[in-house]
This record gives sequence, structure tokens and C-alpha cells, in this order.
Amino acid sequence: MTGHHQTLALLLFSGFVAVTLAITTWVSRNRRGSAEEFYAGGRLFSPLENGFAIAGDYMSAASFLGVTGLIALYGYDGMLYVVGFLVAWLLVLFLVAELVRNCGRFTLADVVVARMSERPVRTAAGTSSVTVSVLYLVAQMVGAGSLVALLLGGTSTAARAWTVIGVGTLMVIYVSLGGMRATTWIQIVKAVLLLSGTVALTVLVLLRFHGDFDRLLLTAAERSGHGDAFLAPGLKYGGDWTARLDFISLGLALVLGTAGLPHILSRFYTVPTARAARRSVLWSIGLIGGFYLMTIVLGFAAAAIVGPEAVRGSNAAGNTAVPLLALDLGGGADSTGGTVLFAVVAAIAFATILAVVAGITLASSASVAHDLYASLRRSHAKPRSEVTVARVASVGIGVVAIALGLLARDLNVAFLVGLAFAVAASANLPVLLYSLFWRGFTTRGAVWSVYGGLVPALALVVLSPVVSGSPESLFPGVDFQYFPLQNPGIVSIPLGFLAGWLGTVTSAEVPDEAKHAETEVRSLTGAGAV
Amino acid sequence: MRYDDPWYDALASGWGETDGVGAPATGGGPGRGAEEEGLSAAGDIYLEVQRSAAFQEVRSRYRRFVVPGVLVFLTWYVGYVVTATTAPGLMARPVAGAVNVAMLAGLGQFLTTFVLAWAYARHARLRRDRAALELRWDTQELTRAARGSAS
Repeated sequence: MTGHHQTLALLLFSGFVAVTLAITTWVSRNRRGSAEEFYAGGRLFSPLENGFAIAGDYMSAASFLGVTGLIALYGYDGMLYVVGFLVAWLLVLFLVAELVRNCGRFTLADVVVARMSERPVRTAAGTSSVTVSVLYLVAQMVGAGSLVALLLGGTSTAARAWTVIGVGTLMVIYVSLGGMRATTWIQIVKAVLLLSGTVALTVLVLLRFHGDFDRLLLTAAERSGHGDAFLAPGLKYGGDWTARLDFISLGLALVLGTAGLPHILSRFYTVPTARAARRSVLWSIGLIGGFYLMTIVLGFAAAAIVGPEAVRGSNAAGNTAVPLLALDLGGGADSTGGTVLFAVVAAIAFATILAVVAGITLASSASVAHDLYASLRRSHAKPRSEVTVARVASVGIGVVAIALGLLARDLNVAFLVGLAFAVAASANLPVLLYSLFWRGFTTRGAVWSVYGGLVPALALVVLSPVVSGSPESLFPGVDFQYFPLQNPGIVSIPLGFLAGWLGTVTSAEVPDEAKHAETEVRSLTGAGAV
Repeated sequence: MRYDDPWYDALASGWGETDGVGAPATGGGPGRGAEEEGLSAAGDIYLEVQRSAAFQEVRSRYRRFVVPGVLVFLTWYVGYVVTATTAPGLMARPVAGAVNVAMLAGLGQFLTTFVLAWAYARHARLRRDRAALELRWDTQELTRAARGSAS
């Protein structure tokens, strides 16, 4: 890589940072400092705006770079990931978006405590939300660090460390100064940039193959060296039964986890009504679906044009497939077109990471201030002081995320993302669905279902080959591996549901009919929604 | 009246504005911040609304669409993932040119997601929205009256 890429990419990225900082300043200029404003951006975004923002929150660099890389290296098996990421949105649309908008105020815990005794449930839901957010955040920070090494050639540890610190500082500035309003606009800008970049690359690919998708697939299969096997499942996850079961576990976590991600749930509160929440999910399904269809094309194109050896040579996990493809599509390494396209793709990837981390930081600071702080210290905190707590919390979360991002810099990014989805599906989804749909659900059931999903999910990871017992694990020297799978979902998700049921049937508490009626009426009609 | 039009997105936080007669709505949801009598009265209203035929109709319309819908797409997705991991031979069977069963199934998942999302939105818009909005209006009128008499 020549210096031109780096200079241009840095220039473009600085432009993005300048624009987003300008948005933050402009938004915070007339802020009123209310909780409504900070957590929900005043609830006045339109479905179209929120749809783009949801898409911006969801389309992370892991999908843009990671999934295309997986397709370029393993063909069809990369596509399996993409399908799970999209189908998950049906669950959100059918069971979660409208009802959560109607029942809640700012966080997941708001929906659950409407029927329960407040304090223990709020603490539990807040703890699991923060855990999920921090895992997801660390994944993005680690990704940011590796991106610098990959795209700008700054392979030194110092360059990585400074990137993680820089990204962390920027996200804290966005969130603590601009709140939800600034974060939403940053997501929208990023979603537009990412989608335009993807569309441009896809058009160039289709032009190269004269619109013949069949030939693109055939060329990819031929170039991969695997022949027809490249276009069928099995290259990556087709090994022994452990690997296959692991993939089924991951698939379950992906499809059930999205509905429990705190930063996705908080997006539904930024629109005025449940109908607007529904329409924003429709927009985002269209945008996300289109985006993933294009990443499939780009992945196979990278295999066909760049070739798996070149992709693997640049980065063993395949994360540089799209930038390399852009370089080739633009006219090659020494051409102006190639340099420009490469720089654009690199800058878009940075923008993606920056926007996603801002969204997660906001959601987790809301969980800390609105759920944990409010339930653990209840000394008549006024709404205004709660926002102050949230701002401070975002700084604290930024520091924690930077520290963990520096510590965990050698962990696999895709694994961390899969883990965050698994924890969300095990700890957040059962309690959410039970409290929306089960008449007899009780406080003990709610608390048990959160911890009954959260604790097994985390414990199984500690006992998994990721942490110990194999050369690639975090502590290769020791061996306390008792659980064979990398992703705990297939065990911990049913455990979360089971624990919620057990807690409910064993508790002496009589479920409050009136409160259940209130939740049900409010969730389906929107009466009394804020 | 604007509220008769279900396409009109009633502003959730602005309920006090459309109401020319009563006192401005108190902040927060029903029950929150209200006095004890107001609270229990509001609870009774929700029970009453929940038992009303209009609400039962909205709820059963919602459930009749959502329950089969979720079962269908989850079965289809889990079936797809399990088949892809356990029977790659079947998935590799060619259909036309480079396109095989696996490719068709994957793109089929995209297609069904789009179609189901569209069908859900259409169902909600045509079969639920108007009734739900009327119920919302009625419920809020009742809770406000109850709270007004309690204070």
C-alpha cells in the first residue's frame, strides 16, 4: 500500500469526524437537558429517519468487512451469517417494536417493571443490558484497532492503542454532549455513507460481469480452488459435529438476540407512536436486507476478482476483502481510481465503527443511570440529575470500553459479536417476551429469567475453548475447558426461558390482574404511552 | 375530527393539546404519580377495557397473525440452518447454472422476510390500527376522568 491511500483515507475520515462533531455541537446548542431529550431525542424523529438510524446502528463493520471476508474465503458459509442477521428483524417487528414503544419509556427495564416490584427487576435488567452493551462495545473497539493496522498500515501496537483511545474519546464526546439526538443524526449520516459506498461497489461489480450473476458465482467457485463446494454449505462449519452444533447455536443467538439488544430497543423510543415504530422497522428491514444482499455480491466478487489467496495473504480472517476489491475495481493499486475507492471504503469502515459505538454507549449509559443508579440509590433523584448521571456514566463506560478494548485486542471480533447476541437472547429476550405476553409472570420469574440466562451464558463462555484449552484461546497455557461450543446460545437461551418459568411457578406472589391488564391494553393500543 | 383518521400519527406526548376541555394530562403513564384512589381507579379501567369486546377483537386479530407468523418463519429459519449444517449434500444439488438449492434457500429467506414484513404491516394497518386508536382514545378519556374525580 502506498502512502496515498492513507493520506486520503485519513482526510476523508477527518471530514466525517468534523461533520459529526459539528452535528453534536449544533444539537447540544439548544438542548434542554431533560431525560426525554437525552435518552429519546425528544421522541420526534420520523419513521424514515429512525429507519435509517436503526440500520446505521445495526450494520456494523463486522458485517461490512467481516462477513464479506467470510464469503470471500468460505463461500456459502459466510452467507449463513447474513441470513440470521436479517431474519431476526421479523421477530423484532412482530413481537417487540410496537409493544415496547407503547409500554416503555427509555430502557428494557421500563417495560418489565410496569408489572413487577420495581427495584430487583430494574437492577437485574440493567445489569444484563450493560453486560450485553459492553461486550458489543469491546467487539467494535477491537475491530477499530485491527482496522487501523489493516487499512492504514499502522501495524505497531501504539497505533492500535491510540486508535482505540481516539474512538473511545470521540464516542464519549458525541454521547455526553449530544445525547440521543446527535447520536441519531450520526447514525443516519453513517447509514447513508455506508449504503452509498456499498451500492457503488456493487454496481461496479455487476458492470464488470455485465450483470451476469451466474458468471460471477462460477468465476468465484473456480478461483476459490474448491469448485462447486464453494457455493454450498460446509467449507467452514461442515467439520465435526461440534462445529456444526456450534453453528446452529450461533444461528439461534443471531435470530433471537437482535430483539434483546439494548441499543436497538432504545431506538423505538425516538419516534412518537407505535405505528411510527412499526414503519421505522419496515424501513430498516428494507435497508438492512438490501445491504446484506449487496454484501453477498461483494463477498463473491472479492473471491472472483481478488481471489482467496490474496485476501488471506492480507488478513487471515478475510477482513480486508472489500478494501482489496475496491482497489481492484477502481483500476488497480497504482491508479487514481483504485486509490480513491480504497480510501473511501476505509473511511466508511471507520465511520461505521464510530457510529455504532456511539449508539451502544448511549444505550448503556441509559441503563446505568435510568436502571442501575435509580434502583440502587433512590434518594429522590430528580430527572435533571439523572441526565447528569447518564453523562457521567457515558464517560465511565468509555473508559471501561477503552481499557477492555486494549486488553482484548487479540480476541476474534466475530466471536465477541456472536457472544453479545447470545447473552442478549438468553438474558433479555425471555424476560421481555414473558412480561409482554404471560399473564401469570411474577417478580421472581423476571429476576430468575434474567440471571438464569445471563449467568449460564457467561459461565459457559469461561468454560469454553475460547478461554482455555486450545492454542487459539485466551489463556492457552491452562485447561479448564468443559463446554465444547464457542457460542453458548443453544444451552443458555432455553435456560433463560426455563428459569423465568421456574421462578414464576415457585413464587408465592399472586400476579396482579390489573397490572397485567394495563400492560396488555397499553401495549396493543398505545393508551397512556409517553 | 383528526382522531378518526388512523393514518394520522397521534402525538404520544401531546395528548393534552387535542383536549380542549379537561385539565392538561398529568405527566407519565397512568398510575405513575397519581394518588392512591386515582391509581386503583385507573387499574379498574384497564381491566374493564381488557374485558371489552373491542379490545378482545384487537388482541385476537393481533395474535391470529403473529403466532402463526412467528412459528412459520422460525421453523423455516431453523430448518434452513439445520439442513445447511447437517445435509450439505442436499443443499449442493444444482438447480440452474451455478445456482444450487442452498443459494435458492438463502435468497428464499430474504424473500420470505420481505414478504412477511410487508404482510404484517398491511394486516396491522388494515385490521388493527383504527380499532386500536379508538380504544386508546377511549381508555385515556376514562383514565383522565377517573384521575380527575379522585383528586
